Amino acid sequence: MTLHLPNVTFHDRVEHALADTQLHVALERATGRFTTLRADALASLPEAEAVRDRARQIRAHTLSKLDVYLTQFAAAVEAAGGQVHWAADGEAANRIVLGLARAGGVKKAVKGKSMVSEETGLNHALQTAGIEVIESDLGERIIQLAGEMPSHIIVPAVHKTKEQIGELLHEKLGVPLTRVPEEMTAAARASLRGEFLAADMGISGVNFGVAETGTLALVENEGNGRLTTTAPRIHVALMGIERLVPTLDDLGVMLQVLARSATGQKLTVYTNLITGPRRADEPDGPDELHVVLVDNGRSRVLGGELAEILYCIRCGACLNACPVYQQIGGHAYGSVYPGPVGAVLTPALGGIGPWNDLPHASTLCGACREVCPVRIDIPRMLLALRDEGHQAGQSPLWLKIGLPIYRVTATHPRLFNIAVRFSAFATRLIARAGWMARLPPPLSGWTAHRDFPAFARESFSRQFRKRRS
Amino acid sequence: MAVVRVLEKIGLRVEYPEGQTCCGQPAFNGGAFDDARAMARHTLDVLCGDAPVERLYNLAPIVVPSGSCADMIVHHYPELFAADPVYGPRAEAVARRTYEFSQFLVDVLGVSDLGAQFPGKVAYHPSCHLLRGLGVSEGPRRLLAAITGADLVEPADPAECCGFGGLFAVKMSDISGTMLKRKLDSLEQSGAQTVAGCDVSCLLHLAGGLHRRGSKIETRHLAELLAGQA
Repeated sequence: MTLHLPNVTFHDRVEHALADTQLHVALERATGRFTTLRADALASLPEAEAVRDRARQIRAHTLSKLDVYLTQFAAAVEAAGGQVHWAADGEAANRIVLGLARAGGVKKAVKGKSMVSEETGLNHALQTAGIEVIESDLGERIIQLAGEMPSHIIVPAVHKTKEQIGELLHEKLGVPLTRVPEEMTAAARASLRGEFLAADMGISGVNFGVAETGTLALVENEGNGRLTTTAPRIHVALMGIERLVPTLDDLGVMLQVLARSATGQKLTVYTNLITGPRRADEPDGPDELHVVLVDNGRSRVLGGELAEILYCIRCGACLNACPVYQQIGGHAYGSVYPGPVGAVLTPALGGIGPWNDLPHASTLCGACREVCPVRIDIPRMLLALRDEGHQAGQSPLWLKIGLPIYRVTATHPRLFNIAVRFSAFATRLIARAGWMARLPPPLSGWTAHRDFPAFARESFSRQFRKRRS
Repeated sequence: MAVVRVLEKIGLRVEYPEGQTCCGQPAFNGGAFDDARAMARHTLDVLCGDAPVERLYNLAPIVVPSGSCADMIVHHYPELFAADPVYGPRAEAVARRTYEFSQFLVDVLGVSDLGAQFPGKVAYHPSCHLLRGLGVSEGPRRLLAAITGADLVEPADPAECCGFGGLFAVKMSDISGTMLKRKLDSLEQSGAQTVAGCDVSCLLHLAGGLHRRGSKIETRHLAELLAGQA
């Protein structure tokens, strides 16, 4: 499990993010745009709500019979001439890909976008073994050149402004400095063309695997995914074991909501359906097709109360809609899966231990649930994870002390009334003109950004009693 | 008290069961489910008295003047006691007859004009748990629109969270603070003189932020505006 940046606390990362003005410009531009585009795209889909319901049903059904569909999928992939590999965890997945690379004499690999490969740390594993890996997705290429990790599920370089990207390409690729996105794209394209032709292996992710046909569905907008999966002689596709749909018809339903929720497009520019390697009568395509099915904690999640997070189709809509993500961006989460979905998926896969802060980085406002194409109840799972962390003793000391006091007070009305009267007295004593601008920790968190009013002189229950008598 | 005045104005008799404390939402949102359950049991005891379960559905409706507390009772109490043979049925029965204040007026009683008067530009803040938890959106706006003298203005991104989130405002103070700033900026740009809402915790958060920046915008619970008469 290589989900996180070590040695930096969540609070330090947040502080860093909030102080980064460039990040704010980039996030404001991108998340606002995606949110509007998504809303428009869904409005243009007839019966959008019914399609979302159907998409959710498909995901729920598939996961309830995942063992059956995995077996069917694996058999179909092999029947089409592909090879299936099973990886219990991230290390196993990396080992499998490395083994395939060595067996095929691979010196250079091009890679399309794959969140699973980020999860397993594949690039690092291959590069350590002396195999060069070139990211072919423009966003991924940008962060590879910058030596960073993705900060968004579908827009990995969303944290960068176009100005910053222009400078980066100028510095790393030696292209003329520009602020025009089209010129940057052209420069990246020119530098990537040669890589596709020189690579021995193409590595990709998978958006959906179709169980009945063994088809891999990959959506993208740049054409790099198509080149990555067809130009090199070996194609290795990495996919999480949950990423299946039963039939091609089901795939059609999922594609109706995926691009709309992700980028606001009706469909992505490229929708690749890959069934098996190049056949004898076909002019191009890879000689070998390998599908690596990665578990890495998923089968454990499947049986528990967080299973619903596996419905996720990685559209990123919850990130764009989340008011917390909009402020802190993806890197602050520290995981390859940021935002609301990441705040559930990361501790679900990696354990609550190192990730206890993530479920708390939410106001439970429900914007994520509202935009999720498959209606995942993310707030419910954030709460369940908070409870798990609390039970594991991860709450701060003041809460550990405060909660039992609060509980006793709130279950004994007399004590509660005394506490209310005391608070009214105390707050009126220290308040100036009815407001307090400074309170001791932990309430200093409140007064760091806002004032707190003194309590009313008389509680509601007393006022009500007086009114009645 | 404004809620009581409004309900009495339309001819209802209001009871206040003594012994009420806190519904337990802060503990629930903090992830302390056990503590939340203890407080929820207390609240259910107070609201049910010694009535047998089969009679609980026939008792008077419960009106809650705060969206997130109502959402806690309506949605999370039944979840918390899903496996409890004693409190499960009580939670279901209480959830069925609990309404947030504006929801009760508009959806249950069909009232939308209370003949109230309030001068000035008013912005409505649709609190998250009220909007996305209970699905209340149009009702409060209709009630506000019917107030003589009140001019409803719509700030940018009205449905965006104000950043309160219970303990979030204390634990993740800086993130909460930047969210609050966005919200207050949009309220000020809207030209509103009053921001009205149906959730006391969001209003408390907004009021604290507005006071800190010395803003002239005032926060009011919807009931306070509805109780206003010429």
